[in-house]
Amino acid sequence: MRTPVFVLIQLVLATLFYLGLRFFGNDYLFFAGYTVLQFIILSTAWNILGGYCGYVNFGSAGFFAIGAYTSVFLYTIGQSPEDIFPASILPVAQAIFPLPVPIIIVIAGIMAGLVGLGTGYLTLRLRGVYFAIATLALAIVLQTLVVNWSFVGGSRGAYVIPPNTVPVIGPYIQYLFILMLLMTIIALTTARLIERSRLGVGFATIRDDELAAEACGVPTLKLKLVATVISGALMGMAGAPFPFYIGYTEPGSVFDLGYAVNTIAMPLIGGTTSWAGPLIGAVLLGTMQQVATVTISSAVGLLIVGLLLVGFVVAAPNGILGLWQGWFGKRSKP
Amino acid sequence: MDFSLLLNAIIAGLLLGGFYAAVTVGISISFGMLDVVNIAHPAFIILGSYIAYIVNANFGVDPIVVSIVALPAFYLLGAGIYQIFYVSFEKRGQDSLRGLAFFFGLLFVTEVVLVLVFGVDYRSVDASYIGASLRLGPLEFPYRMLVPCVTSLIMFAGLQIFLGRTFIGRAVMAVSQDPLALRLMAVDPTRIKRIAFGISIATASLAGACLIIIQPVIPSVGRDYIGRIFAICVLGGLGSLPGTLIAALLLGVIESITSTFYGPSWAPAVSFGILLLTLAVRPSGLLGR
Amino acid sequence: MNAPLLQVERVGKRFGGFVALDSIDLAVAEGERLGLIGPNGSGKSTLVNCICGTLHNEDGSVTFAGEKIDGFAAHERTRLGLARSFQLPRPFMSMTVAENIRVPLIYTVAARSGHHLSAAEIDDRCMELLALVALDGKARHNPRDLTQVEMRKLELARAVAAEPKLLIADEAMAGLSHSEVEDIVKLLIRLNERGITIIMIEHIMRAVMAFSQRLAVLVSGKKIADGAPDDVIKDKDVVGAYLGT
Repeated sequence: MRTPVFVLIQLVLATLFYLGLRFFGNDYLFFAGYTVLQFIILSTAWNILGGYCGYVNFGSAGFFAIGAYTSVFLYTIGQSPEDIFPASILPVAQAIFPLPVPIIIVIAGIMAGLVGLGTGYLTLRLRGVYFAIATLALAIVLQTLVVNWSFVGGSRGAYVIPPNTVPVIGPYIQYLFILMLLMTIIALTTARLIERSRLGVGFATIRDDELAAEACGVPTLKLKLVATVISGALMGMAGAPFPFYIGYTEPGSVFDLGYAVNTIAMPLIGGTTSWAGPLIGAVLLGTMQQVATVTISSAVGLLIVGLLLVGFVVAAPNGILGLWQGWFGKRSKP
Repeated sequence: MDFSLLLNAIIAGLLLGGFYAAVTVGISISFGMLDVVNIAHPAFIILGSYIAYIVNANFGVDPIVVSIVALPAFYLLGAGIYQIFYVSFEKRGQDSLRGLAFFFGLLFVTEVVLVLVFGVDYRSVDASYIGASLRLGPLEFPYRMLVPCVTSLIMFAGLQIFLGRTFIGRAVMAVSQDPLALRLMAVDPTRIKRIAFGISIATASLAGACLIIIQPVIPSVGRDYIGRIFAICVLGGLGSLPGTLIAALLLGVIESITSTFYGPSWAPAVSFGILLLTLAVRPSGLLGR
Repeated sequence: MNAPLLQVERVGKRFGGFVALDSIDLAVAEGERLGLIGPNGSGKSTLVNCICGTLHNEDGSVTFAGEKIDGFAAHERTRLGLARSFQLPRPFMSMTVAENIRVPLIYTVAARSGHHLSAAEIDDRCMELLALVALDGKARHNPRDLTQVEMRKLELARAVAAEPKLLIADEAMAGLSHSEVEDIVKLLIRLNERGITIIMIEHIMRAVMAFSQRLAVLVSGKKIADGAPDDVIKDKDVVGAYLGT
């Protein structure tokens, strides 16, 4: 199916989904749905570098945090520009700030993409293992920086107080939900476009055999950097609305280990070779965790995710998609 | 600059570094020699800490003694995990993605289980020597750091002798360099790797006991050590035990000085900063092959 | 006198204390068929890796088509026209046979010519190449389903898909049967007649003798002979290296 049709179908489904939730009239569903959408975006982003290229990113929380803290930073500026900008440019600043959330999302994406570029440039020439460790390092270094940066609240945290309602839509959470729906569509469409493009072929060769890829003329370093930037940027974009969603942003919740585990588990459990895998994994595991949080505890939900990760990686390495294809004997897509 | 403050920071750093060597030696074996990226290693160390804690809290046994008694259990755990890893990944020739995800999953599950069982209160151990210090002139050696450091160095030296002098030890060093030659000597490389991995996890038992003597622990402490472990491993040079020791001491001193003069909240950044720097400038490390 | 297509000058490579290549000089003329032989561990594959950019040689330099390529990444060298097949075939296992061939078509040929090759053009060239090695019947198969000799042919076809000026065939015939070896030799000669300069690295002497116009011998990282095949195999150093004096 051609891409415009794919996008159209997603828009239709998304609209129906939104209207359906609105019909139920329970705001909780939007809050829960937001987290699931967040996971879909994060896992899809992770999979572009992890599943398509074979490079593991343990620092998803770091990129997510870049997005969240870009928001906090821009919001804090927007709250009192007179304290920050000199009088000469104050009128301009007051006209621009506070920035609308979609603009913040774009800026956050750019910031996260740049960090991805920098990290990648330092480490992607080495073995994949070192890249993985460097991403872990990145998340912790970022957390240390944020904890020590009082402008965005440091370890005390920062409050972001959005308006209660938005014109036309109503409750603010629904506005954020719609933004997340749009970002989900962007993420899924991007992943699918890459998969079907020559870029996707290049990514697959890197995953299969980097040495042979180079011998075939594939510029592996450049492609890996592209993947890292796209992946990082999407994660940053997913993180940008987060402070507006929870209101109180402190490093512990943003750098939560759950992000690292989930963004790895969801694609690996769903299936890494296609855009559909992270979607399936995110919907299933995300919903399960919401249920667990409400019924038992979120820690138990995370435990289940961890156990499933280990189980699938050992017993069903191609994930749910792989099992599906195995049972129904489908040939791999040409 | 307060000279005695600096001196004591250096000493504390050296003592800490000795302990870091024990923490890292397991990875030097599993990653440096066997090429198995066991990022779950810190989880086993914390497991060792909690086991030392339970027995110490309930029966008053010295934590290091507990860890020595627990060594065989940890060894078997390591051997078992390697077997699963081998069958699931190495044998199938799977990409490293899933191997890494496997260990990450283990790290995570272990931490969450410990949180569910023990909660997030800090736990520490009681031993007669904790709290006292050995004083030599202006120099102060707190026992809670001296004892783990000395224990770590003994274990480190023991491993060095084992690897250099015994048949199995040399087979372990050989298996990373030339598995074919090993097979020609009628030694099964997989068995050797299993033994080596078992040993690497066994070191976690002892390292865990040392850890909980030095500082109180909660389950997430393990993750603080991932950075240190890999920083030391890479800085020292993969597969080189002497390199690991030098790098560990170096990191310990740098961390201690940073902590003393700039505050402890910068400590994690130090090890990761060193790691990133080493990877960018000299990936083979100080004494790497 | 035309400049050689490939000029290897005093190339040296060390692994720690071990000297894998010791000041190797080698020139390959355009259109030539060069055989490169030597005992196991003599450095043949290391030399290939240094020429192709997979490894970095500490000493000496490599010049290709008049250009010094010493700092160039492997993929850049492929785009300049230097292709190689691997000793142990390394097909992309998540793709079909045809998709394997498409990779160099997309990333070398299209990138080199600057103009965009349409999907149809790529498919056509792909099937042409597969037909050349008689693998067109297995175009939609996974490399897992191929026999030994078919894997070797795929490996060679993939290297040729990059439209190289120079092809290095690294032990493409190890472990094959008599008729399979003949098959591959005929294929390489056919490729040479189409204008591709070829370096054949092999142990199978009758293949080397049937194929080579010139023969070079590597022993313990040093080149000990270089000349007409009939002369080289009678050279006493060469005989000594193989039989031991």
